[in-house]
Amino acid sequence: MGKRVAIVGFGQTYQRSSRKDVNGPELINEAVRAALEDAGLTIKDIDAIVIGNMDHFEGVNYVDSWSVEGSGGVMKPIFKLTTGGTTGSTVAMAGYYHVASGMFDRVLVIGWEKNSESDTTGAIVTAFNPVWERPRFGGAIAGLAVEASKYMHNYKVTERDGARVAVRERLHALNNPYTHLHQEWMKSMEIEQIVDLLITSEENQMLAYPLRMSDMCPRTDGAAAAIFASEDIAEKIAPKPAWVVSTHNRHNYALLGDIDWDSNDTLESASKAVFKDAGIKEPFKEIDVCELYLPYSYAGLKWMESIGFCGPGEGPKLVWDGHTDMDGELPVNPSGGVMSSNPIGATGLLRVGEGALQVMGKAGDRQVKGGDVKYAFTTGFGGCNWADVMLLGKKKPS
Amino acid sequence: MEKIAIVGVGQTTYERNKIETFDELVFEAATKALKDAGGEIGDIDNIVTVSNDFWDGRTISSMAIQDAAGSWGKDISTVEGDGSFGALYGMMRALSGSFDTTLVVSHMKGSESIMNLITNAMFDPLYQRSLGIDATSSAALQARSYMEMSGATEEDFALVSVKNHKNAKNNPHAQLPMDVTVDDVMKSKKLADPLKVLDCSPISDGAAAVVLANEKGLKKFKKDPVWIKGVGHTSDSYTLGYRDLARPRALEAASQKAFKMAGIKDPLKELDVCELYDAYSYMELMWYEGIGITKEGKGAELIKSGETGMDGSLPVNPSGGVISAHPVLVAGLTRLIEATLQVRGEADKRQIKGAKTALAQGINGPCGQAHCIFIVGT
Repeated sequence: MGKRVAIVGFGQTYQRSSRKDVNGPELINEAVRAALEDAGLTIKDIDAIVIGNMDHFEGVNYVDSWSVEGSGGVMKPIFKLTTGGTTGSTVAMAGYYHVASGMFDRVLVIGWEKNSESDTTGAIVTAFNPVWERPRFGGAIAGLAVEASKYMHNYKVTERDGARVAVRERLHALNNPYTHLHQEWMKSMEIEQIVDLLITSEENQMLAYPLRMSDMCPRTDGAAAAIFASEDIAEKIAPKPAWVVSTHNRHNYALLGDIDWDSNDTLESASKAVFKDAGIKEPFKEIDVCELYLPYSYAGLKWMESIGFCGPGEGPKLVWDGHTDMDGELPVNPSGGVMSSNPIGATGLLRVGEGALQVMGKAGDRQVKGGDVKYAFTTGFGGCNWADVMLLGKKKPS
Repeated sequence: MEKIAIVGVGQTTYERNKIETFDELVFEAATKALKDAGGEIGDIDNIVTVSNDFWDGRTISSMAIQDAAGSWGKDISTVEGDGSFGALYGMMRALSGSFDTTLVVSHMKGSESIMNLITNAMFDPLYQRSLGIDATSSAALQARSYMEMSGATEEDFALVSVKNHKNAKNNPHAQLPMDVTVDDVMKSKKLADPLKVLDCSPISDGAAAVVLANEKGLKKFKKDPVWIKGVGHTSDSYTLGYRDLARPRALEAASQKAFKMAGIKDPLKELDVCELYDAYSYMELMWYEGIGITKEGKGAELIKSGETGMDGSLPVNPSGGVISAHPVLVAGLTRLIEATLQVRGEADKRQIKGAKTALAQGINGPCGQAHCIFIVGT
């Protein structure tokens, strides 16, 4: 049986559209120092490191080797993982397995990206099969537009429903000093008013129907780092650590044409596996807060259904009724989520780290439920239908 | 800590310009490993693939092979680096209590890639890339630095090429089985002084896979286990100027950790066979010193003594080594497979008699920046 594992420290950089003040290793170093400081540790205390990003966004090969002078990996065990949009949550899972294996006690995991140095869509297009897919179906926006259209068709969902999710994410972001987008103008308006403005304003450019600029995540420079520790030392490092209750992932994909667009099968399957481990039967009632990888607005409707928070087609009602707002029954993305900041290789780790802050009661202005969070549910999701899920809890798992 | 076993191994032949796509190569290696283990894909509960977006020419390159790796409906992850690090992560997952059996698979189509450009991209974009530095020219700097430190000569390096290409004649998977002489190596075309064509590993295509299991997972398979007795991985500095290129201190740290875990005090006496990552001839001599089977600067003396030959007391690279087939990302996993075959007694013509304990090495980054060392035994 493996060791029980907790997150004992988390750090993130300020995320902006272009962090010209730092290079890649310096950006990584900023997150690493923040995580170490949060845990009250130094780099000497760290037994092993895991790092991840997406190579083609910076055009640097072997990033684990290239960045050791920023990550602290000199003369330490280190390797790299990369799984696309899920890279950040994938490195978090690797931190868990490093410690659970009993081989390492204190493991530093890092996710980062400098999207300002890339042609993001240009890089994403090459993810797809060069013969069958690349010429006609590639990049992040096109696939999501197809998914949204299908979902709207199936359940008579409207553009207002999508915009409602966007408004929630951007309003939440106003409480998070680290996140990229701060749309202060939204503060002075009613939610309905903002929704109407977003779907009628000509300034809000249509990218691919039904997706407008406001429906999409930005591209961001940023890094995040978390420290995972074994049950033997976790509570000595952090008085209230965030325990990893369960983590699973799925990547049921071969070619785009094989995907059933009616559901998010991989997210559903990974979530079910986690709920089974944790003994959670009614996720909506039992989970206190979510940090979900929602790269665009309609994901905040359809994927809520796939996770099992509500039935098929019930996503819009859940969101309109305010259940997922800061003071709702199940606050979703108090950080502002991916739609407010998307440093791709860091994005999944930001979800896990923000979830950990909620459990640890250290989320500052974005803390929910007065700091009494029993379970935080976090996800990573990639356009290649890769889903990572990690459930964090206040109580040490039995 | 619980023990992890290698229960299945599979590899394709290594060639240049294979006609198969890389998912076909992955399928071949994975299928062979499962067959070798006496199991099937249903016996596997999680998968680790190994790929690199630069070498594959695709973003999220692991997307292209998940079906071939059989991961539908299962937990999966992707390591980007040498396959030995993939095996290490697979081992952690089998130890974690979450899984019992891991399939690890790595692939490479070097023939579809431009080695110089891809390895140039691992260097600093502002200060170094425009100099044209790549894997081979940086290795040449390291070779020269090692010659300065140890007094080893180009002829000494050539002995590695002669020995390993000859060993490859016993390995049906190897790409370059051949008889060459020191003179042939010395007269081969110079690529980056002091390295010549026959000092360098080839461009290769191929895939390799291993099945790992914990004690519970073992019951699903028929094959007798080979145990992972020790493992260690460590990275040195990145900037070449920050490192003493002639002294592989990260290899020393990684191997010492693996030896400690395996209870090995005198590797020269206690190991029966080694599979080292000789991407360039001189590396094998440096790695002898790094793993401690000879003293610093004495690598050339060790190969000249014949002790690392097929009939020596500690044969190194009976498979022909990386210099005889270099599918990047795969090659370290191939070393682990070869080490496993040796301690099983299933290495056919390249078998070292009575081998019970073997060492396998993988490397990441320029000039062997990071190392992963496995000790396996029965």
